[in-house]
Amino acid sequence: MNGAEMTMSDATEAAVRAEARAWLEANWDPDVGLIEWRNRLIDSGWGVPSWPKRWHGGDLPAAMDAVVAEEIRRIGAIGVARSGVRGLATATLLAHGSDFQKEKFLRRALTGQDNWCQLFSEPGSGSDLAGALTRAEFRDGRWVINGQKVWTTSAHHADWGLLLARTDSNVPKHEGLSYFILAIRQPGVEVRPLRQMNGHASFNQVFFTDAEAPPEHLVSEIGHGWAVATTTLMHERRGADGLAGLARASDRKGRIYDEERAELAIAMEPYRWYPQRAGRVDLVLERAKATGAIADPVVRQEIAKLLSLARSAEWTARRARAAQAQGRPPGPEGSLGKLAASHVARASAHVHTLISGAEAMLTGDDGPLDGLIAEILVSVPAGSIAGGTDEIQRNIIAERVLGMPKEPRGDNDRPFRDVPKN
Amino acid sequence: MQFSFTTEQLEFRSMLRRFFAEHSPPAVVRRQMDTEAGWDRAGWRALNDQLGLAGVHIPETYGGQGFGCVELCIVLEEMGRALVCAPYFASTVLAATAILNAGTEAQKLALLPPIALGETIATLAFTEPNGLWDSAGVETTATPASGGFRLDGVKSFVLDGHTADLIVVLARSPGSTGDEGLSLFTVRGDAPGLTRRALKVLDPTRKQAWLEFHGVEARLLGEVGGGAEPVARTMTLAATCLANEMVGGAERLRESALDYANLRVQFGRPIASFQSMKHKQADMLVEVQLARSAAYAAASAAADGDEDSPAIASLAKARAADAYMRTAIDTIQIHGGVGFTWDNDTHLWFKRAKSSEVFLGDPAWHRERMLRAWGV
Repeated sequence: MNGAEMTMSDATEAAVRAEARAWLEANWDPDVGLIEWRNRLIDSGWGVPSWPKRWHGGDLPAAMDAVVAEEIRRIGAIGVARSGVRGLATATLLAHGSDFQKEKFLRRALTGQDNWCQLFSEPGSGSDLAGALTRAEFRDGRWVINGQKVWTTSAHHADWGLLLARTDSNVPKHEGLSYFILAIRQPGVEVRPLRQMNGHASFNQVFFTDAEAPPEHLVSEIGHGWAVATTTLMHERRGADGLAGLARASDRKGRIYDEERAELAIAMEPYRWYPQRAGRVDLVLERAKATGAIADPVVRQEIAKLLSLARSAEWTARRARAAQAQGRPPGPEGSLGKLAASHVARASAHVHTLISGAEAMLTGDDGPLDGLIAEILVSVPAGSIAGGTDEIQRNIIAERVLGMPKEPRGDNDRPFRDVPKN
Repeated sequence: MQFSFTTEQLEFRSMLRRFFAEHSPPAVVRRQMDTEAGWDRAGWRALNDQLGLAGVHIPETYGGQGFGCVELCIVLEEMGRALVCAPYFASTVLAATAILNAGTEAQKLALLPPIALGETIATLAFTEPNGLWDSAGVETTATPASGGFRLDGVKSFVLDGHTADLIVVLARSPGSTGDEGLSLFTVRGDAPGLTRRALKVLDPTRKQAWLEFHGVEARLLGEVGGGAEPVARTMTLAATCLANEMVGGAERLRESALDYANLRVQFGRPIASFQSMKHKQADMLVEVQLARSAAYAAASAAADGDEDSPAIASLAKARAADAYMRTAIDTIQIHGGVGFTWDNDTHLWFKRAKSSEVFLGDPAWHRERMLRAWGV
């Protein structure tokens, strides 16, 4: 068989593993360039085994992606590019893109030649993404974009953006949105870093002044942008847990590994402080022992509360995964992770403060652990906002898990132009 | 560690839930809590004749069902949910486990079968009026006398102590301190020199007694001076069971609060449509689910004989106690004025939550115990 030339019925794990291993052993070559290697891998069908055969895949079940990834790791090979927003772009285009768009963008995303960013949030619409004000107007055979986006990770490295923009203000808000692929490197697009309260600038503000997109860069149809954006968001939520796994580059020597390391260093740079955002529970005991705070009965109680909360949250996630693995319908335990993580992060920042005492006032190399503790204290507030605020999470749990009444709305029953805005 | 239940365990749970819904509705709980015993023979017999619950974790060799701690904890969660009035915690969880952990083979063969059948109601008397939950708090003495022992001292907070047929007592040799010199004994409920008094308890669904021992003849259970270790293991399992029982009660309260919020109309709309109610309910769900994960982890650790079991049991006990109390307070709040009335059932669970919060040690004590078990 040539590459992933198997049918679904042949696709037992052992068979897939054996096929993939045989191909990799025959073809892996660390001496070619990164892009050249990825092109070969994509041609074989083993780059994205669960994708359709027509679009670089092998039509295999989704679970086989992990099996093939294991084989790639085992042999020390490198897989397709997965870091950053490109995974959201490819998933969205696979679901909604035209053949022209798939042809033009999928392969270059997988080889790592193109970088992507997501242009959804605006200063006036955070939790309420469908309230986007950025306009796209069709003029002289082109889409012309004006407006502003914010919280755009890695826009300064991006070639393309996934853009949600308003094409009609005379219909209710969700119906007037369209979804575009926008070239970032053009005169009408200005990217400015956005500095956060922790001093990092992991995100950008992106300004559009008569930026342009050709008609063939409209994804799906005019007015269908919200449905397309929902696909992107679904994949974003699903991928949020996997972020840490993406950060690991091989430490092997050689040109192709150097290329991959450079690619990951750029892609992961914005996420350097994310562990601190989660509270760094892992540092608590070590810090408490080093400072002697471990002997204080009040601090001990707070440490114990934190550790038991963190363990309980971890066990809750394990229960959700176990239910999923058994094919049982998801229980409420699967919807609570984000909110539980906020509780853990806040409790951890509180405990780090207790442990550090007066030194919690210091940062940089005057502060504990060369400023790492200070970075925890000023990064934790992001966790309960990014990716859905705690308040939105509570609404979702109440409405979707507990079946409570939906929030009354004042924006769905009238043209968007008549809806109060920021 | 087991993070999901088997199909058999899920079926066992559904069967128990139906059984308790039928046999232990709030009307029955209210009738039983007004009696001095706090439970009745007919209900206890049904539980054992039909389901064999008293022997669920007792090995078949000793007349039990031979299931593990996970099944035992399923029983406790469902009992906590229905607030079942029965001497189950005293007899099956505390006394039978202590006998299993401490008794000689002959003692287990003699003592456990009637407990497993529910014919003998047993309990464990370890806590004293000082209210300490570790062995170091034991002051009751056991003095060797004519081939046996005589017990002198006072035990308090003894579950079902005034109705138990058989009492397992923790006592120490005169002059010993700490974990040294502790031994377990068995005493008949009607033994001469033993006076028993039902305590006036805040939670009327779970009765406790004050027991005074004046030269009471007692039989040694297990080895002289070997009481501390089996009691510690018994307390680990008991904390695990109580955590699961509390999670069952907390979940029931949470559901009743949600039902009420959906029904109750103010300002022309169900109060469930107010965001303050939705967010409170979401938070209640998180609290109960986290406590449930900890309780299940503790049950699984106990079933596996995991060496981390004592720490996880304490973790689960503390979290469940906090979650149950928090849920009980919120449930009364959501019910408003009606939640503070005697006729509304919420206070029955509220009182169980309060009593369970301190029974077997309060959350702060268990958190400290958890850290020490981890060597911190």
